[in-house]
Amino acid sequence: MTPVLDVQRLAFAYPDGHQALFGVDLHVHRGERVALLGPNGAGKTTLVLHLNGILSGETGHGEGSVAVSGLPVTKKNLLEIRRRVGIVFQDPDDQLFMGSVRADVAFGPANLGLKGAALDKRVDDALEQVGMADFADRPPHHLSFGQRRRVAVATVLAMEPEILVLDEPSSNLDPASRRELADILRSLDVTLLMVTHDLPYALELCPRAVVLSDGRVVADGTTYDVLTDEELMHAHRLELPWGFDPRAHGPAPDLLRDARHPR
Amino acid sequence: MGAGHGHRLHFHGHSVVHRAPAHLKVLVLLGFVLTVVATPREWYPVFGGYLVLLLGVVLLARVPLTYLLPRMVVEVPFLVFAALMPFVAEGPRVAVPLGGWEVSLSESGLLAAWGLVAKGTLGVLASLTLAATTEPADVLRGLQRLRMPDLVVQIMGFMIRYLDVVTGDLGRMVTAMRSRGVDPRSPRHWPALARTLGALFVRSYERGERVHLAMLSRGYDGKLPEGVK
Repeated sequence: MTPVLDVQRLAFAYPDGHQALFGVDLHVHRGERVALLGPNGAGKTTLVLHLNGILSGETGHGEGSVAVSGLPVTKKNLLEIRRRVGIVFQDPDDQLFMGSVRADVAFGPANLGLKGAALDKRVDDALEQVGMADFADRPPHHLSFGQRRRVAVATVLAMEPEILVLDEPSSNLDPASRRELADILRSLDVTLLMVTHDLPYALELCPRAVVLSDGRVVADGTTYDVLTDEELMHAHRLELPWGFDPRAHGPAPDLLRDARHPR
Repeated sequence: MGAGHGHRLHFHGHSVVHRAPAHLKVLVLLGFVLTVVATPREWYPVFGGYLVLLLGVVLLARVPLTYLLPRMVVEVPFLVFAALMPFVAEGPRVAVPLGGWEVSLSESGLLAAWGLVAKGTLGVLASLTLAATTEPADVLRGLQRLRMPDLVVQIMGFMIRYLDVVTGDLGRMVTAMRSRGVDPRSPRHWPALARTLGALFVRSYERGERVHLAMLSRGYDGKLPEGVK
């Protein structure tokens, strides 16, 4: 089966010479939920920006390839790639730039050429999925932070992506909003790649975890195995929050069954 | 960073003025301001007429004057300039008693100052009335209907969207500075304040780049797609 995401030997150096990625391999299959873990400066954001062609060998010095459902990320395919890969950025204020929630959610699908009733339906469906349908006509800056994060997810869902990429989805959320977002993410029928420092969140939502450190993939297995591997965790500046012990919870059985790619 | 505060200049209401179409209000404002500016400043009673007309509209809109007046501080720099004019302008001078002193002021300067104050105040009050009775998004739609170039409307839209974000940024930076003992009112700390503004500019610039990235990620190709404005 063609993986949704197929990253092969991806290396990248910024124009200033800083080498961020050293031959990253990553395959994500349909329906998987994968956490991308790693300390600050590990190259996570650089990797994410390669997935939809914002960064590529053309903007810096790079090698290797990225393909999304078999379609290589090249200049020619950019629009289709950006439809297939939906990135939700960390700061919703960066993502929501239009005057109303509705206009913002419509922005992506309209760029894909949707119009009229079909466009309205996309927008309504996406807002429904994140529980923000009642806020369609509000300006984004009048929403709470948690609501803005959910609208940011909707802006990407409206493009019906094949893989949803979330950058620090739980950051700055209060516990209730954090849980609400988890419920929403779990309810979506979409492949998920989640960049996060929130390890309990990763364990809760993602059966599989990939650890990126110094531009290399250093671990790829079930999230439970990764988080309980103390040596690995320590070597790559990963730490569980105080009082949190994955062993006390044990791996969720359905999560284990879903992890199709043990190391 | 909470929810729900309205725009600082907008005064919520349902009066005739609030309900009038935005493009009409923009046109009326433009016409009014141009007429005021074109009126010779020696026609003193006419300016009184303008003021009465304007106050009538404000009354009709049911926007309290106590709401508009504090917002007129934007005019202060012009008032300061106007106040200087009688002192620095050339030409015949008149002696004016001022607190026991006879001050010699320029006649043409006085007239120019009057013109500046009268026209400026009328213009600012009229603009504030538009802002108080029209949501920013409606002003934009009005401008669009008046065939304002799309790029300009886009830029103005972004300005409105990010005004709160940037002032929020600035507010937090100033709070952080105060927490470390800076008093923004003391000239001794103005250099630090100036650097804050520099940092704010850099931050906003970087935010602009991130917004652009987010737009590209959703297929932006240089113009806003049809049907989402």
